[in-house]
Order: sequence, then structure tokens, then C-alpha cells
Amino acid sequence: MNLAVCLKRVPDTTTKLKIGPDGKSIDPQGVEWAISPYDELAIELALRLKEKAGGEVVGVSVDPDGNDVAMRKALAIGLDKGVLIKGGGNFDGWATAQVLASVLKPRKFDVIFFGKQAIDSDAFQVPTMVAHLLGLPRVNVCTSFEVDGAKAKCKRQIEGGEESIEVALPCVISVQKGVNGIHDKRFPSMKGIMAAKSKPVESVAAPAVESTMEVVKLEMPPERPPGKIVGKGVDAVPELVRLLKEEAKVL
Amino acid sequence: MNLLVFAEVRDGKLKKSSLETLSEAVRLAKPLGSKVGVALVGEGIKAHAETLGKHGAAQVYVVDSPRLKFYASEAYAKAVVAAHQKLGSGAILMAATSMGRDLAGAVAALLGSGAATDCTGVKIEGGKVVAKRPVYSGKAYATVAFKKAPAVLSLRPNVFAAQETGGSAAVEDLAVAFDDADFRSAVKEVAATAQGKVELTEASVIVAGGRGLQAPENFKVRDELASVLGAAVGASRAVVDNGWRPHSEQVGQTGKTVSPNLYIALGVSGAIQHLAGMRTSKVIVAINKDPDAPIFKAATYGVVGDALEIVPVLIQNLKKALAQ
Repeated sequence: MNLAVCLKRVPDTTTKLKIGPDGKSIDPQGVEWAISPYDELAIELALRLKEKAGGEVVGVSVDPDGNDVAMRKALAIGLDKGVLIKGGGNFDGWATAQVLASVLKPRKFDVIFFGKQAIDSDAFQVPTMVAHLLGLPRVNVCTSFEVDGAKAKCKRQIEGGEESIEVALPCVISVQKGVNGIHDKRFPSMKGIMAAKSKPVESVAAPAVESTMEVVKLEMPPERPPGKIVGKGVDAVPELVRLLKEEAKVL
Repeated sequence: MNLLVFAEVRDGKLKKSSLETLSEAVRLAKPLGSKVGVALVGEGIKAHAETLGKHGAAQVYVVDSPRLKFYASEAYAKAVVAAHQKLGSGAILMAATSMGRDLAGAVAALLGSGAATDCTGVKIEGGKVVAKRPVYSGKAYATVAFKKAPAVLSLRPNVFAAQETGGSAAVEDLAVAFDDADFRSAVKEVAATAQGKVELTEASVIVAGGRGLQAPENFKVRDELASVLGAAVGASRAVVDNGWRPHSEQVGQTGKTVSPNLYIALGVSGAIQHLAGMRTSKVIVAINKDPDAPIFKAATYGVVGDALEIVPVLIQNLKKALAQ
């Protein structure tokens, strides 16, 4: 099977963010970059499918500033090759989707995998938009994905339940943590890291696209007012309940 | 600028978060003197138009078809866009539920626009839609401005207040021509995994447990406290990774983002990834043995001690307080 994983380079989850001097973006200095965690799960799902059905897994990523660390990590984990799309630091979801679609369309993939969201923009929209642009069915927030002939049987997480969806291949899938029992990423082996160095990464220029939204301000969340320690042990309980009822008025 | 709201119906019930979104649209439209319309999409859903009218909708467009019994991304998006064209709206709003998050992208794609998802604040300034939304898992907030109309937005549940204004809406059936391609991603079946339980992302009270509860069987303490409060239950990543609790309960960076009125964290240390998912809760109570646990920095009220000893006493006291 011809499989693609769209992956995004994001600040590592433990990075302490600082707002940059423009007040609209984060200060990249000192940021450790990682593959967005849900994309890592998508990589694992794609690799398992390849191991079963054969074929090839291609990573596709937008690279605004010549930093290919996420793609190299993905190749070390096991992707066969990569496509880096140069350009576009300020893309919104629609612009990103158009740029990705321009690379995905001519390459004819059977399944295009995404994480359900990238953990920087948290926007939940690019997979759906890519599917729209390619005219393909899509299932978002997938918790279960099985290829069955020319179809894929999927389950998708919703509030208090699960939806079952059957789509024809080719299709676009965005994955939730726990998809097919996958809770963790695969770590690269030493052999994988060595092999990654010689895997092909194709560079393509992003087509001209325009964002329909612009970030006008980025700020840290308001500090929570300092809380109080009500007390220690069970003796503190009556006072806690009183505060919840009379001060916070949440009971 | 007219505003269109998508009304979500699940299991025959109109979602509270849709009414929150509608109320916010009504508040935005009032100073502009513009009209709020609603797209009501599904099967056998027309009766909800009355509730929508009471919440300030001037116009309800009903797209009712047996084919729309379950969610179908493309078809629902087509129905919303049909209502949008009818109303001539400058912004399309929906609640950021699992359906709304999917639909926002689908509607935006049909209109050739981006979507501002999970917004916690919306303004219309000089004819432009400006939205504030959490990014980097709540570690920062971005204010985004739409460069073109219509703006497509999803609003985070539990942030905006639903408000009855006591009106009634004009109801119009909208005929939308669907073809088979509109149902290529359609849901075939819905299975409830947690019937009767309060859903985390919609709950106004959440009781979460972490490693401090020491063993999977001790989570019954958490569940008991939750049932006294009518709360949903959550868990930290550590206990989910240990297999003590399912991922559907996980709060935080790779779990769910919640903003209830009251969040009670039992034996949760408060790693940055957990805080990212719950720091916008209005009141946070932390019960933890370790006085240096980072959760106490985020907590409104903290009690230092063993949650397993404290919670049974808390339950007794709460029962008394709630009975008064």
C-alpha cells in the first residue's frame, strides 16, 4: 500500500513557551522541536499497516525555516521517505491544507494519516480540508482503523460513545490516542537512526496560497489568582466545603 | 452582519453547548442590529426550533432527512452552507463538540476558508470577526482576525452562558439536494460507551484521580464523590498509561481539555501537561499528600493529605451541605 503520514513539527510538550518580540508568535529560541504527539501515533499506525500489507510510508511536512528535525526523527522511526514543503510560517488551516494537498494529490496514496490535532495550533481542521480538496472520505479522531479490501472500517470517538464509519479507499484518517491499542510512539533504533541519514527527502516549494485568518496577538493565559491551602488532612474538610459553598458558590 | 449557528442534536436532544453558542451569537448580533439564524440539521428535529426561538434565534432553517439520522461530515456541511447562503451570514458558529470540531473544518473547506476552533472569546470589530482561542494546549492564547467573510468558528463548551430571551423563530424548511458523495464519510452506527455518565468535556463539575489514589480499585472513591456531585470523572495521564483507567477519561495535553465550574483533583500531581487540559476551570480543588505538588499552584483551594482518607469525609460533609 502507498501510505502517507502528514506530520507537524511543534515545540516539545515540556518546552516553556515565551512570546516572541512581534507579540504574535512564540520565541523560537531555546525551543526543543518534536513531532506532534498525535502524528507520532499516526506514524505507528501507518508502519503497522505497512508491516502487514507491504508498501511504503511517506512522511509529508511543511518546513517554514529549513529545520528538518521532525522529518529526520520520523525517518529514524521507520518512514521510508519524506517530502518537505518549503515555506509558510504563518499558514492557517486552509492554507496548510492546500499546500499539503498539492503534494498529496499527484502521488496517489491509499491512506493519508494525520494526528487528530497538532498540539501547537490545536485547530482540528487540516485533515478534513485535505480530504475535501482531494475529494476523499475522511474519518477524524479515529480510535480504530482496519483495512478490509477496498474499504476501511473505522471507529471515531464522540461524547459518551463511538461512531462506526466505513469508508472506501483512498481515504484520510486522523488518529486519536489509543487507536488500535496504540498509546505510545515507536522509538527509533540505532539502526533506524543510521538508516535515516540515507533515506531520500524531497524538497518542494509551497505553492502560492493565502491565509484567510491572521494571528494579531499571542499572549500567555492570565495568571490564576494565588490559591490557598485550606489545611491538612480530614480536619480541613468542613472548611473546604464551607468555602466551596459560600465563597466560590459552586455547590 | 447576520450570524448563523449550527444546532447539534444527538439522540434526539438539542445540545446545551449549541444553546450556549446561540446565546453568544445573539449577544454579538444585538449591538449590530443583525439577525441570528440557526441551521437545524438531522432527522425528526423540527420541534427543537421552539427552544432555539426562545434563545433568541430569529430564523431557523430546518434540513430534515432520514439520511441525516447520523452525522455525515460532507452532507451536514452542505446543509449548513445552504442555510448560510439563505441567511447571507458573515459568520457561522457552532459548539466545539466532537461533531462541531469535525463540521467546522468541513464547512470552512466548502467555503474556502480557515476555521477558528475552540474559541473562548468572539468579537465583531468594524465588520471583522476576531476570536480568541487557546493554542499550545492552553499554554497560550491567540487572537485571530478573519480576513474574509464568512468567518467559521467553533466555541468551546461551558465557556459561554446559555440564556433564554423568550422569543420565537420563523421556521423554514430548506430543501438541500444531496448526492451519494455527500455520504461517503457518513456514520453507520453509534454505540454508547458510557451510558448515563456525564461527558467530561461538557461537565460543569469534574472529579479527577491520579497516581495518588495508589491502585485502580481505589478509583471507586473518586466515582463515589463524582456521583454525589453529579460530576464527570477524569484521570491523569499517569494512571491512563498504567492501564488503570481508559484514555477516554484522560485530562490534559494528550487527553481532553475541560473547563468546568469545579474541578477536583485527587492525588494528581499536576504535571504541566495535565494543567494544560484543566487550567481554565473556574474553581480548582486539589487534594494531595505532597505539599510541593505543582497542582497546588493552580488550585483555588488545596488540602494537604491522603485523598483516600479525606474523600470519604468530604463525601459525608458534601451530602450534608447539599441537603441544606
